[in-house]
Amino acid sequence: MVQLTLPKNSRIRTGKTWPKPEGGKNLRKFQIYRWNPDDGENPRVDTYFVDMDTCGPMVLDALIKIKNEIDPTLTFRRSCREGICGSCAMNIDGINTLACIYGMDEIKGDVKIYPLPHMPVIKDLIPDLTHFYAQHASIMPWLETKTNRPAKEWRQSIEDRSKLDGLYECVMCASCSTACPSYWWNGDRYLGPAALLHAYRWIIDSRDEATGERLDQLEDPFKLYRCHTIMNCTKTCPKGLNPAKAIAEIKKMMVERTV
Amino acid sequence: MADVNRGNRPLSPHLTVYRPQLTSVTSILVRITGNAIVIAALLIVWWFLAASTSAEYFAVADGVLTSWFGDLVMVLSLWGLWYHTLGGVRHLIWDNAVGLDLPTAEKLGWAAIGGSAVLTVLTLLVI
Repeated sequence: MVQLTLPKNSRIRTGKTWPKPEGGKNLRKFQIYRWNPDDGENPRVDTYFVDMDTCGPMVLDALIKIKNEIDPTLTFRRSCREGICGSCAMNIDGINTLACIYGMDEIKGDVKIYPLPHMPVIKDLIPDLTHFYAQHASIMPWLETKTNRPAKEWRQSIEDRSKLDGLYECVMCASCSTACPSYWWNGDRYLGPAALLHAYRWIIDSRDEATGERLDQLEDPFKLYRCHTIMNCTKTCPKGLNPAKAIAEIKKMMVERTV
Repeated sequence: MADVNRGNRPLSPHLTVYRPQLTSVTSILVRITGNAIVIAALLIVWWFLAASTSAEYFAVADGVLTSWFGDLVMVLSLWGLWYHTLGGVRHLIWDNAVGLDLPTAEKLGWAAIGGSAVLTVLTLLVI
């Protein structure tokens, strides 16, 4: 359901302003969402200052620098630092993206960092993605076949393989789904752009033999049709993919198979 | 993670931190104009009902709807009707799974905004 305001325990307080680094000439202000599960208090936004002369260019560089040099309790997920693992997805400067491949030169003014929107927070910038992963699993993200297994591999023409381009690159960072207002209000039943993009990736795979069953499963007022083409997903995808188009293709297939 | 208390986890901020996008604003406007023109339609029904009730009651309803405020509401509703129509056309295009690449989708958004303004002015000139 649409709930425009945050629940009582989620309202954000003004947090602590951490001391500026000594001798820094090129300081940049960071405002970062904090929540500690152990102190029973509401979330807060802390202010940090980072010397840009001694910091790498990406938002993740600054986060790591803050954790190393100012506040070791700042908690966030990160791994590959090159936009392939999808761990460091967060809301930066009002959009969802990967901290490791988002340059601070793209941001005007203070750098504001929040966890992925409308998600339960585990700690600081770490959202609970359990439900998001369960939705991905629900679309059967694997090759479903009925014919006998071939002696070697399942063959696919170059043309059929090229239909997967723009879909297989998804790293499941959850930026798109958590950017979607429909997913905010109905995320319990609406699958969201990421899961639907994956659903389409298997629906149009020429080797897959469960297309009908896959479409049957999505024939539901909520799972698929809560997409209203708001396109926040496509706009925010750090990999430049287009979930809105994938969803539109599924809706089109739904119509085509009934007429 | 059975030992973790999931019950008191806060919800991360959404509307208040997410930057409005051209696509999201033009999308919510379709819904807002759609609801607003229902109210405008009810006002027009009220005007007709008043006309069929009595001359005095019609004078009241007509007075409200042709006052400066009534004019403002009707002009905005006219824009709402055009915007909602163009928004519907945009959805019709999208339903064919075309025009969904970002540059085209944003052009369609500007077309709905600009087109509805132009059509509103044209309609006012005609009537």
